[in-house]
Amino acid sequence: MNQSNDKPDVRRLQRIATKLRGNIVKMIEIAGSGHNGGAMSAIDMIVYLYFHQMRVRPDEPRWPDRDRFVMSKGHCCPALYVALAERGFFAEEVLWTLRDIESALQGHPDMKKTPGVDMTTGSLGQGVSSAVGIALGGKLDDKEYNTFVMCSDGEMQEGQVWEAAMAAAHHKLERMIVLVDNNKLQTDGPTASINNVEPIAPKWEAFGWNAHAIDGHDFAQIHEAVQRCLVPNGKPSVIVAETVKGKGISFMENQVDFHSGPTKPEQTEQALRELDERMRSLEQEEVRS
Amino acid sequence: MSRDPVANRVIYGRTLAELGAKNPNIVVLEADIAKSTNTFQFGDRFPDRFFNMGAAEQNMMCVAAGLATTGKIPFASTFVMFASLRASEQVRTSIAYPRLNVKIVATNAGVEICGDGVSHQAAEDLAVMRAIPNMLVLSPSDPVTTRIATETIAEYDGPVFMRLGRQDVPYLYEDDVQFEIGKMIRVREGDDLTIIATGHMVTQAMQAAGILAEKGINARVLDCHTIKPIDVEAIVAAARETGAIVTAEDHSIHGGLGGAVCEVVSRHHPVPVSRMGVADRFCSSGRDWRKLMAHYNLDHAEIVRQAEQLMSERKRVCR
Repeated sequence: MNQSNDKPDVRRLQRIATKLRGNIVKMIEIAGSGHNGGAMSAIDMIVYLYFHQMRVRPDEPRWPDRDRFVMSKGHCCPALYVALAERGFFAEEVLWTLRDIESALQGHPDMKKTPGVDMTTGSLGQGVSSAVGIALGGKLDDKEYNTFVMCSDGEMQEGQVWEAAMAAAHHKLERMIVLVDNNKLQTDGPTASINNVEPIAPKWEAFGWNAHAIDGHDFAQIHEAVQRCLVPNGKPSVIVAETVKGKGISFMENQVDFHSGPTKPEQTEQALRELDERMRSLEQEEVRS
Repeated sequence: MSRDPVANRVIYGRTLAELGAKNPNIVVLEADIAKSTNTFQFGDRFPDRFFNMGAAEQNMMCVAAGLATTGKIPFASTFVMFASLRASEQVRTSIAYPRLNVKIVATNAGVEICGDGVSHQAAEDLAVMRAIPNMLVLSPSDPVTTRIATETIAEYDGPVFMRLGRQDVPYLYEDDVQFEIGKMIRVREGDDLTIIATGHMVTQAMQAAGILAEKGINARVLDCHTIKPIDVEAIVAAARETGAIVTAEDHSIHGGLGGAVCEVVSRHHPVPVSRMGVADRFCSSGRDWRKLMAHYNLDHAEIVRQAEQLMSERKRVCR
């Protein structure tokens, strides 16, 4: 199922992502706080990685040869948590403890508390550097694992991202892949109006990276770009994914107000209703095909 | 004891290279000052395990964290200023919070670095690092204890911050000195008052104790090489048995050794504590480090002055 350069089963991945979007909305409502918008823009790429690409062992989360994933945009960790639960790293019930006292699911990723979390993150920019260290350690030991990192467009305002970009290229970390969840909105408004990070791909290319631009909600495109990144050429790779903040839930899409904060009960109901409809239509497509 | 003075950073570099030969998991990260921190001694012998990350300390700390997750034992070195302040949040969140096995060994601590001036004179690092949970904070005084401390932290599993000075310091100990993390070394016996010193200030404390002895004051001298966890037992014994304490550090009087000692004394056995250190001010460049230290009251003469003041205040109270 995983670790495959075979064509992905797109409908299966779409069904998983649809289910997980519902879990994200539910867990953030129960927690009373959290970041819906950026989790929705990131979830399709995370589903692709955990359900098609990454070599991981849910019963052995620290397996030394596993592929790594660093959620550098740590505030969107609900998207990671729902994937880890669905993949079997821990029970789905744990999701409903998000942000509670002593919960295994902290407000930002904690590698010591959550099975399957490869790096503690939450302060923007730091995860990209940590991933450089993880990739460098693998290179030193001739390991064949890949290190995936997800960062956001707003995150690239942190200077540390570019320190990390320079170092990864310098050390030829060809097994390091950054996915930029370019949803174009940050806490205070449109990224372009606050401190413009565009053009993104040329910046990474100038730092010595392979860069690929895709639609971050199209599994076929995600697949193709990841496979191209995995062909070694002495350079790290970045996938600049155009995404929609709040993707998949009508009233959240492109709404900066859903950067953070829970849904109200009636909004949760509507979101789950929309996702149910989406799921039904995916199943009908499956039957028809 | 006839060995010539040498800088602790030189001993660190030498010891690190020796450790590299024994332990293949040790990797070293550097931020473009390898000649100063002396990590070049490791880099020359083990170029494949030496990573000069350039002038990018924040990235270096997180790269060290990532390497630690893969089973490596990273030593990350730069100047104290950049390790403790510029990259302090990276150290806190990416290293200390997940309790990763990273050794931050930073050199050129305090005002004694002289010529480079305020931008490079770190007097806040102990306060910052001491406030971060999971951190072991070390500040050895002489070449022997620097060697042993370096060897010890390579075996210790967890994050460490160790500060070292720039200038040559005399040997205070024989090679077989008893060195244990968290236990102060009693360098001089005495029961009139206690001088608790850290780093190169232990040398100044010994000089001060000699001068005080000539004046009839018998000072105990403790070498506090571990700032965290602080040696509560030794501090309480000093308070109980000698009744007054002078702390001495090349660091701000706020939050470092002096602060740590006061926290213990105020709870367990209140006695007067006088803190010698950087007096909540920025200092300046200097061409001669000893003159600079004297100028800012950071030498043995100031320890003597504060000790005598404590003694005279005690006499007044007794009358």
